[in-house]
Amino acid sequence: MVHDTQTSEKIMLSWSDTTELMNLSSVDETGLKERVASLATRSIKKDSKLQALNMIVSMCDLTTLEGQDTDGKIAQMAAKAISPDPNDSSVPSVAAVCVYPGLVKTAKEAVSKSNVLVASVSSYFPSGQAPLELKIHDTKYAINNGADEIDIVINRKAFLEGDYKKVFDEIYAIKEVCGDVHLKTILEVGELGSYDNVRRASLIAMSAGSDFIKTSTGKISEGASREACCVMAKAVLDYRKVTGSIVGIKVAGGIRDAKDAIRYLVLIKEEIGEDWLDLKYFRFGASSLLNDVLRQIKKLKTGAYQDSYYFPRG
Amino acid sequence: MVEKWSYSESIESSEIVNLEKKYGHFINGSFVSPKSKKYFDTISPSTEELLSKVSFGGKEDVDSAVASAKEGFKTWTKVKPVDRSKYLFKIARLIQERSREFAVLESMDGGKPIRESRDVDIPQVSANFFYFAGWADKLELSWSNSKFKPYGVAGQIIPWNFPLLMLAWKVAPALATGNVVVLKPAETTPLTALMFAQICAEAGLPDGVFNLVTGNGETGSYIVNHKDVDKIAFTGSTVVGKQIQASLAGTGKGLTLELGGKAANIVYEDASIDQAVEGVVNGIFFNQGHVCCAGSRLLIQESIQDQFIEKLERRMQQLRVGNPLDKNTDIGAINSKQQLEKITELVESGVNDGGSIYQTECDFPGNGFWFKPTLFTNVQPAYRIAREEIFGPVLTTITFRTPEEAIEIANNTEYGLSAGIWSEKGSKILWTADRLDAGVIWSNTFNKFDPSSPFGGYKESGFGREGGRHGLLSYLKEDK
Repeated sequence: MVHDTQTSEKIMLSWSDTTELMNLSSVDETGLKERVASLATRSIKKDSKLQALNMIVSMCDLTTLEGQDTDGKIAQMAAKAISPDPNDSSVPSVAAVCVYPGLVKTAKEAVSKSNVLVASVSSYFPSGQAPLELKIHDTKYAINNGADEIDIVINRKAFLEGDYKKVFDEIYAIKEVCGDVHLKTILEVGELGSYDNVRRASLIAMSAGSDFIKTSTGKISEGASREACCVMAKAVLDYRKVTGSIVGIKVAGGIRDAKDAIRYLVLIKEEIGEDWLDLKYFRFGASSLLNDVLRQIKKLKTGAYQDSYYFPRG
Repeated sequence: MVEKWSYSESIESSEIVNLEKKYGHFINGSFVSPKSKKYFDTISPSTEELLSKVSFGGKEDVDSAVASAKEGFKTWTKVKPVDRSKYLFKIARLIQERSREFAVLESMDGGKPIRESRDVDIPQVSANFFYFAGWADKLELSWSNSKFKPYGVAGQIIPWNFPLLMLAWKVAPALATGNVVVLKPAETTPLTALMFAQICAEAGLPDGVFNLVTGNGETGSYIVNHKDVDKIAFTGSTVVGKQIQASLAGTGKGLTLELGGKAANIVYEDASIDQAVEGVVNGIFFNQGHVCCAGSRLLIQESIQDQFIEKLERRMQQLRVGNPLDKNTDIGAINSKQQLEKITELVESGVNDGGSIYQTECDFPGNGFWFKPTLFTNVQPAYRIAREEIFGPVLTTITFRTPEEAIEIANNTEYGLSAGIWSEKGSKILWTADRLDAGVIWSNTFNKFDPSSPFGGYKESGFGREGGRHGLLSYLKEDK
């Protein structure tokens, strides 16, 4: 295959190369579920559990995406992001805070003295039902206000109508606006209807220049699943084989406890490898997850579960 | 290899298992010392430590077991079918209650990973007893034009790869159909069968209905050749199966044989590749490849060979080889030194014949019998590794160009136990299945078992079926 476009060292594929990649393989749902269930029986204990929990904290995009978000709420969340457990300095900061474009400026100021990044959703999140020029405008606004990362949604209308080229073109156009700003593309797997479609959408999003592919908006009842994550992970591995580039994965929506999050790490480690066990390439969209992880860390260190009021509100 | 994130040890405690220093035979409802006066060691293949001593079954021991069974048959015949069901249900329940103990002991004595003994072997064991319990009182109405009766004394000789599960496959249908049993577990894995004998006593099974004699091939031959044994059921190697068939010729005894295999796992270019890789791995590396129906020959369409092999090697490297009692172990110990030598010899022949070998990187524990997950490519159908059953974690790859060629290669073997087909095209799966000479054919999956599904082979893989309604017929003869 020919690599015809390059943006900041990133290799992107042409549309025809993308369609060729999409035709390579399909997904057998039964086999997929069986493999995912088998990985869920891994027993992660002691040191390996503590290491996993700290890794999960460092991979969190602490998120609030509500109509009721205010500057005050963002400030609280940012403080939590920088220092998730003020009583234990060995617990790392989270990777990023994730907010709506109108709150990027506030968030950016609130995390300015830390390594925590600011991610903004854009492109008319969560539905994506707007013309491309508005999505571009939305994205530019977030970037101009200082967003380090942009989380967009794919055009599901076009995707479900079979207009894959349009899905590709829109992502491509938004990535051009992003330049070096990391682009995370949300597939909204709960609306795609099949694992074949999850694979197809993953390949389209990667070929069009996404730095991350992300499972869900968290705004519909069906969020992330380990099955969808597994399909995306396999697509990411196939994509690296063709292009040499590593695309990251973000799982979001419905991951509420540490046990579930650890199972995602197991899946990533065994299905595509440890290269992805890094906040550069794997993220959790989190709101309630973080506190459960903090409680589990405390449990491992002290032997006792602590009530959630021992941990600061975020 | 330094891992960024490695799994800490997670060992299933073996304290739950209480082993005796030595075991007698189980005859006429209780454990008795061997008349042979001889005992032999049973060791853990993952540590080489002595687990216990078990009795050697000489001719006199077999004689008394068969005599006990003959008496037991008189009692068992008088038990109403519906009450036979109750005993089997009771046994199934007791196995479930002690499932963790059984699983740990199976892994200690046989070397298989605890996740398999816990999640596959033992649940299947109780499922078989539950399933056949349901048949006991429905036999009379199950065949419209014939009447059947039990053989009487069934001599059952089982292998070491699924010790308790193979016991269940044989004992459950035999008892359900009104037969009584003299069982000989494999020389290297007698312990869960001995624990099963305790369960029979606990369940109140009448004396003499289930009898167990431990020993080796010599003990087995006493059972096979005993004049009062009415039926032989054997699972094991084709060589021994042939000897048994020869000795039974003309005796009128019933016989079922479940022997070796060299199954083709056919992957077409239109398969779901990632799931096919998973299925191929499961097909050969499940239970260290000690599986008679293992998918030991990968038949891969040439157009996807490179892509598939790369993914397969990557996946194989993820297999965790080590302590069978670690909950994260995928591949445990090879069952015995003798088996390890056989695998080693065949793999050497594969290299000498010209096959390309890939083995994963892994560290073995100090003692015990271990073999690295192994993949051969560039194998020609004439090589020994393409024809002989290796019975270890060794996969042999042969390529094909067309579906016709795949069938030709798949059937080009003396065996006919199982086969696998991987394709997303339904019509191609049916076309292929129609043309394969194999007793069990899986499509887009492998190594799936259910008590209701008959299992057995063609050609030199044996005859007779175990499981399902067909499996009942292995223990019934026509009542003329």
